Amino acid sequence: MSVIYVLLTISVCVAVVFFTAFVFSVKKGQYDDSYTPSVRMLFEDELIEQTTTSNNQNKSETE
Amino acid sequence: MKTSTCFHCGDSCDNSAIVFDEKQFCCNGCKTVYEIFSTNGLDCYYDLEAAAGKTPIEIANKFDFLANQEIAKKLLEFDEEGFQVVQFHIPNMHCSSCIWVLENLHKLNSAVKQSQVDFPKKQARFTYNSEALTLKDLAILLARIGYEPTISLEDYSAAKKKVDRSLLYKLGVAGFSFGNVMLLSFPEYFEVQEYWLDQYKPFFRWLMFAFSLPVVFYAAQDYFISAIKGLRSKLLNIDVPIALGVLTLFLRSTADIVFDYGSGFFDSLTGLVFFLLVGRFFQQKTYAYLSFERDYKSYFPIAVTRITKSKTEETIEIYDIKAGDRILIRNQEILPVDAILIDGKAQIDYSFVTGESESIQKKSGDKLFAGGKQLGGVLEVEALKSVSQSYLTQLWENAAFTKNKSSEFQTLTDAIGKRFTIAVLTIAILSSAFWLWYDPSKALNVFTAVLIIACPCAIALAAPFTLGNMIRIFGRLGFYLKDTNTLERLAKIDTLVFDKTGTLTSNSGNTIIYEGMELTDDEASLLKNTLRASNHPLSRELYSILEDQKISTLDDFKEQTGKGIIGEKSGHTVKIGSASYVGNADKNKSETAVHIVADANYKGKFVFKSKYREGISGLLRKLRKGYELVILSGDNDGEKKRLKALFPFEMPMFFNQKPEDKLKFIQNMQSHSNVLMIGDGLNDAGALAQSNVGVSVSEDINVFSPACDAILDAKKITLLADFLALSKKSIQIIKASFIFSLCYNLIGLFFAVTGQLKPVIAAILMPLSSISIVVFTTIAVNYYGQKINSQKNEKSKI
Repeated sequence: MSVIYVLLTISVCVAVVFFTAFVFSVKKGQYDDSYTPSVRMLFEDELIEQTTTSNNQNKSETE
Repeated sequence: MKTSTCFHCGDSCDNSAIVFDEKQFCCNGCKTVYEIFSTNGLDCYYDLEAAAGKTPIEIANKFDFLANQEIAKKLLEFDEEGFQVVQFHIPNMHCSSCIWVLENLHKLNSAVKQSQVDFPKKQARFTYNSEALTLKDLAILLARIGYEPTISLEDYSAAKKKVDRSLLYKLGVAGFSFGNVMLLSFPEYFEVQEYWLDQYKPFFRWLMFAFSLPVVFYAAQDYFISAIKGLRSKLLNIDVPIALGVLTLFLRSTADIVFDYGSGFFDSLTGLVFFLLVGRFFQQKTYAYLSFERDYKSYFPIAVTRITKSKTEETIEIYDIKAGDRILIRNQEILPVDAILIDGKAQIDYSFVTGESESIQKKSGDKLFAGGKQLGGVLEVEALKSVSQSYLTQLWENAAFTKNKSSEFQTLTDAIGKRFTIAVLTIAILSSAFWLWYDPSKALNVFTAVLIIACPCAIALAAPFTLGNMIRIFGRLGFYLKDTNTLERLAKIDTLVFDKTGTLTSNSGNTIIYEGMELTDDEASLLKNTLRASNHPLSRELYSILEDQKISTLDDFKEQTGKGIIGEKSGHTVKIGSASYVGNADKNKSETAVHIVADANYKGKFVFKSKYREGISGLLRKLRKGYELVILSGDNDGEKKRLKALFPFEMPMFFNQKPEDKLKFIQNMQSHSNVLMIGDGLNDAGALAQSNVGVSVSEDINVFSPACDAILDAKKITLLADFLALSKKSIQIIKASFIFSLCYNLIGLFFAVTGQLKPVIAAILMPLSSISIVVFTTIAVNYYGQKINSQKNEKSKI
């Protein structure tokens, strides 16, 4: 079999993988809220300690 | 006195600051929230954003209805094995601190297992252990920290809405196919005569064909559906030439590869659909957290407390209220039905329902209308009707609420689409007729080529990108439009109708003017101290503006509900109340005034005048030049003189307008003009629905606004003239880009008519025209948007 078929199959397969990944992410609602995660990722997990102030004050305002 | 601001909510603390933990708070509510946060290690709340909090409101028994299993069941998304999931709408969330504290709710109550915030929608979903925490307790916990969930009839009756993500899928499919087809058609662009490429040509082509199938039959289906719908109702909308173009592209390309004429136009086909969908996606700017469809349902509570025959209280859904039921209405609660007052001090605020600015006192036996809000103590009322038959709710039976303004309005694009389709078909037929005579073998080729190249991709993109961009600019400035169609209708407006209460005037506070003899120091002190004891809203307001006096105990204090108060101290008395109460025959009945009599001498009166919004006079003066202006008020004509003074030019004013009157008035005006209605309350709901564009003014855009086409932030009302001007500019931009894209079409048509349209030309021309239109509209819109921005900044500097 010619190498071009192999290459094309691979390229289409890779594209299809990304496409399905996209469809799944839409289905799971990842595109429903595109704002909150951007804020959430800046929070620290352990906030019970009182020493986190300096880290968080640099945070820009969100609105 | 140094004014300080509350550590929790940022409001000024006046003189009554509560100091706790070396920080100042404006009220006990804020202090309590701070205490809750600090004892649970959630101090960080204040580090993320200073003064982020909201003052918690009194909740008392507000959430009792959540204990009702029937109601709870309908609200819960999941309820099994000791776990419950609920989604609440929390309008108070406004910053990153809010997200943070809501998502860390489990630190406040360990029964909460997970909480996730959807900030743009202002919603939060909570998963909690139902054995340790009930739904009611969860709502109370949220309310205690200042994030009161609003639970309205709306969430309750509507079946859980399914999110429509089909456009995203279609966009994904089109993008995926477009990319792959471009890649596959690349070798053919260069027309290299190479053995290997020639060998695999059919394979490449059939692969492209396969990729284009989902694009034509799935991604582009909306255009076919819309075109067929248009044709059925004998309308040539813009989707007709688009659908025709897509179909021709597909058939011609398939024929090309079947008979080996060429590589087909699969690249143009997938690209076209992809660009069109991008435009549609861009146009679909929605303000997920705002609702433009609200009716009385979202204003009313879900449930009320009914007093049963055996004198016990039970919570029932408001739809279950029957005439004759005894109902309890608490402070700040909304009366859901027309009723007769049985017991309790009623101080009803109808401002939202009728537009009357002052609350009204009612006594036992009086009729109360649905929609009124009780200010003060607990009321016991007897329902006269069921909810849907009440005076206010009947307004929604009007046909104005069911018509669809968008579908009745012909957009600029559709208007052009009609002429365009006719022109394209004429050119296609004429040119193929010519070729039939000259060289019949090319006739079909030319016919399809014309339809392909004339496919109005750029025209179809001009409006979505211009209007979509403009809506975003409006949104940033505080004017939230429902959709792009509203913007086009806005450009056509020639008459503006204003509501008075809450629109021209501000909801917060009155201007109080004293007319009469000057009060002595003793009298002033007595007056203030007497007012201090009264709970009447006017007394509270007057109290807050009078100069500080020493607090002293009165010897005697009497309050006569609905009339006035008497205070006595060391032999002196002061009588405060209505004109009839103090024995003064005041002729001016329509103004709101509090009269003062000290020791039997009439002293004067405090006149309450509603406060007009800042800059409103300037705005109307500016608007007067281009528009017809009308004031339509539900209030009495007591303010007429002031309005005349404020707007010293010819302007029709109508007072005592009931909700239906307003609707009818707009209807009459529409026979000769395009009307924009600006209002704020439920009493304007009919007029807002009837008008060509209904704009609802709101002090807090998240809380409530009646059904409308646009929501305007009350602080930005002075920019209204600029918004209207910008909407007209957008239409000009669209027209300019139409001309622009027609030029591209002419170039393409030249190739098509002369029979030399190669796939590569189509593949270059099509994206080029689309992209240049997108760039042109984006730049033009932002240029004008920038202008209004800089104007605003200049104004604020002055």
